Amino acid sequence: MSTLADRAAARKRAERSQGVFDWLDDRLGSSRWLRSAMDKIFPDHWSFMVGEIAMYSFVILIATGIYLTFFYNASGAIVVYHGPYKPLDGQHMTIAYESVINLSFSVRAGLIMRQAHHWAALIFIAAIVFHMGRIFFTGAFRRPREINWVIGTTLLLTALLEGFSGYSLPDDLLSGGGLRILYSIIQSIPIIGTWVAADLWGGNTFPGNGDFFPRLFVLHEFILPLTIAGLLGVHLAVLWRQKHTDFPGPGKTERNIVGSRFWPQYFVKTNALLLFIAGVVFGLGGLVQINPVWVYGPYESARASSGTQPDWYIGWLDGALRLWPHWEFRSFGHEIPNPFFPGILIPGIIFAVIYAWPWVDKRIYRDYGEHNLLDRPRDKPLRTALGVAALAFFVDLTLASATDLIGSALGVAFETLIEIMQYGTFVAPAVAGVVAYRVCLRLQRGAVHPIQRPVGGIMVRDAQGGYHTLGAPHAEEHETGDEHELEPAGAAATAVGEGTLE
Amino acid sequence: MKEELVFPKVITGTHGPEEGAGAGTPWPDDVPPNQDDTWYPLRDDPWRARQVEVLIALLWGVTAICGIGLMIVYWTGGQAQLEGVLMFGGFAALAAGLVIWARKLVPGQEVTASRGEHTSDPDERSGVVTSLERGTRPMLTRRGFLLKKVLVPVGGVFGLATLWPLASLGSRPDRALFHTKWYPGARLVTEDGRPIRVDDIVVDGELTVFPEGFIEDAMSAAVVINIGTDKMQSRTVNGFNQAGFEVGSGPNGIVAFSKICTHAGCPVSLFNVLSMQLICPCHQSTFDILKSCEPVFGPASRPLPQLPLGVRPDGYLIATRDFVEPVGPGFWNRGSEP
Repeated sequence: MSTLADRAAARKRAERSQGVFDWLDDRLGSSRWLRSAMDKIFPDHWSFMVGEIAMYSFVILIATGIYLTFFYNASGAIVVYHGPYKPLDGQHMTIAYESVINLSFSVRAGLIMRQAHHWAALIFIAAIVFHMGRIFFTGAFRRPREINWVIGTTLLLTALLEGFSGYSLPDDLLSGGGLRILYSIIQSIPIIGTWVAADLWGGNTFPGNGDFFPRLFVLHEFILPLTIAGLLGVHLAVLWRQKHTDFPGPGKTERNIVGSRFWPQYFVKTNALLLFIAGVVFGLGGLVQINPVWVYGPYESARASSGTQPDWYIGWLDGALRLWPHWEFRSFGHEIPNPFFPGILIPGIIFAVIYAWPWVDKRIYRDYGEHNLLDRPRDKPLRTALGVAALAFFVDLTLASATDLIGSALGVAFETLIEIMQYGTFVAPAVAGVVAYRVCLRLQRGAVHPIQRPVGGIMVRDAQGGYHTLGAPHAEEHETGDEHELEPAGAAATAVGEGTLE
Repeated sequence: MKEELVFPKVITGTHGPEEGAGAGTPWPDDVPPNQDDTWYPLRDDPWRARQVEVLIALLWGVTAICGIGLMIVYWTGGQAQLEGVLMFGGFAALAAGLVIWARKLVPGQEVTASRGEHTSDPDERSGVVTSLERGTRPMLTRRGFLLKKVLVPVGGVFGLATLWPLASLGSRPDRALFHTKWYPGARLVTEDGRPIRVDDIVVDGELTVFPEGFIEDAMSAAVVINIGTDKMQSRTVNGFNQAGFEVGSGPNGIVAFSKICTHAGCPVSLFNVLSMQLICPCHQSTFDILKSCEPVFGPASRPLPQLPLGVRPDGYLIATRDFVEPVGPGFWNRGSEP
């Protein structure tokens, strides 16, 4: 019950806000945009949060990363360690490695910041991949959202580089081995490989002349984060402009949008998500050890051991290097070395296909129309099957990066495992794809689509070849019991404003 | 009297295209009119609303306690596990409170609006091309327009010139990849610079060695192995017979190979005595020592180059020359003659 005083206070508050927005509007004409921004509607579905998880992991990465830059020292100069961590006492190491050890053991809260940073990076890329899967399987990349698919794919690439460069900065034995392999991959590029490698590392052979770590640092804490922030800004601006997609459901059509207002409902919830992710990341950072570089020791070019795996998102590349047969091409005094094929060519083809997918999909389904309602994966069995096949391919490659661990755990020779996984690159996608296709068909037959009436309807095929259902669906949702045209989710050629039947 | 301004009970319709693209078109039928977006689940239940408020306040109280705990932990020297627990507790309780708040007490849920049009109308679309052509047509359609022909080469030359400083990033690769720091007479020394003699390395023993004076040189790393009474097939490289590259014989045959994997450059640091194989831990390329380190499994497709060995009169192992072929992973012009 509001008293007179309450009401007076509320009025005063409203007048004060009015004053602030009037001041802004006098100068920027901002009120119309601000109102539409606050009133903006975001559909609610748990899977729509995954992109936000990626974004908020990035926020946490920036915050923890800035803290780490105050302590990290990107120098390849060699020092002898004398510090609190006794097992390394007297060892030769780079200043870069020493600064990470000091950050972990001598800086208060340094360890939790470093580990939270690493955990956030793993979650960041996992969320990007999951988000991308959601977009793919529900057809959210279709017109008009091709631009954001391309930007998103570029974000994934940049995030992979960002992750790998950060993983390499401590110059420990594990990441140093990874850099040696990267050098060999770059060196394998025909004609320009040796030049590019020399220009990245400085000097003319691995590990370069000492310029490399400062360069890697600039790449990791300036160039790549700036690229990600810029692309993310455009990604969000395009999303904002085009409005979010939504699943079909009662009362939802291609022309309307159902969900929570940005202000305050969505705003409060999305900030809660940011805080929750921060909680999880710092909880992991404090409680679950990750990348203990002091156990691996400093990088020494002549040392390596088995059981050395990269972070999860690089696993598929390492696996590809293990599975690619011992082929390389030599003729006329020139050669294309082995690492070029699994290290450059295959990832290149994979990303080219990902970039091109919205246009490939248009051709497959002969569907060039605009879509705001999502597909359910089961309604596009071929696309779903191809996506699942691609995932099976990546799982096979990722497992291949751990053949030594799996081999010793199962008591199987790594030679046998590699051979199985080589066949697996063909067999696993084929089997997974067929199974996914059949599951889709089974689900289609078994379950009732949310937009369909539980009992039968009348299917009509129009002149354009599209299918339309006639009937009186969701009578309880509408005041009148009039006949309504339904958006036939899953049927071909359903574009906005196309083929209305009256 | 200003009640409507402060508490607008009902927003009629929702935000739609009042002007601009799509203005004047009728609202779609699928946007229900007169939606009440001041509604929230506990609006008409002040008692339950109060209870929920208290619950949220308690959760945020947990956050405050975690904050105080964090300060104490930090002041007393820091402890990663405690920091993790308190950070999680503080953030998670804050987030939980916000979620409950949004779900129970914040209006603006389940609202429907028109998507409106995001495209421009046809006049505006053709207007873009008109504006563009206004600038370019008089120039580009004139026959023999000189500047067009000049601009491209000038831009190309000058653009290339501005890229030149990139070349300062590294040195010319030259022949650096074709040679290592091994020189005739170089003693084999261990990672800490200790020279080794023939009898320092027992049968089936394996050691990582560098040329004396270059223990930091990554490209020169080599492994020296005592193969005992085993016989090793020698290999001919570029017409160069490597038969004389091993020293000792009978019970103490000693051979040395580059330690850098010919696949991706990792150190070939696993040695299987039983099968006399060197295995690279990175991608499991396997080299058969008794076949002059021919690859027998994995992605490597070339043998490890062999280091020609000799013995000084005082018993120290030396290299008699550099490797015959480039060490390490392949590159475009690896096969070119010097």
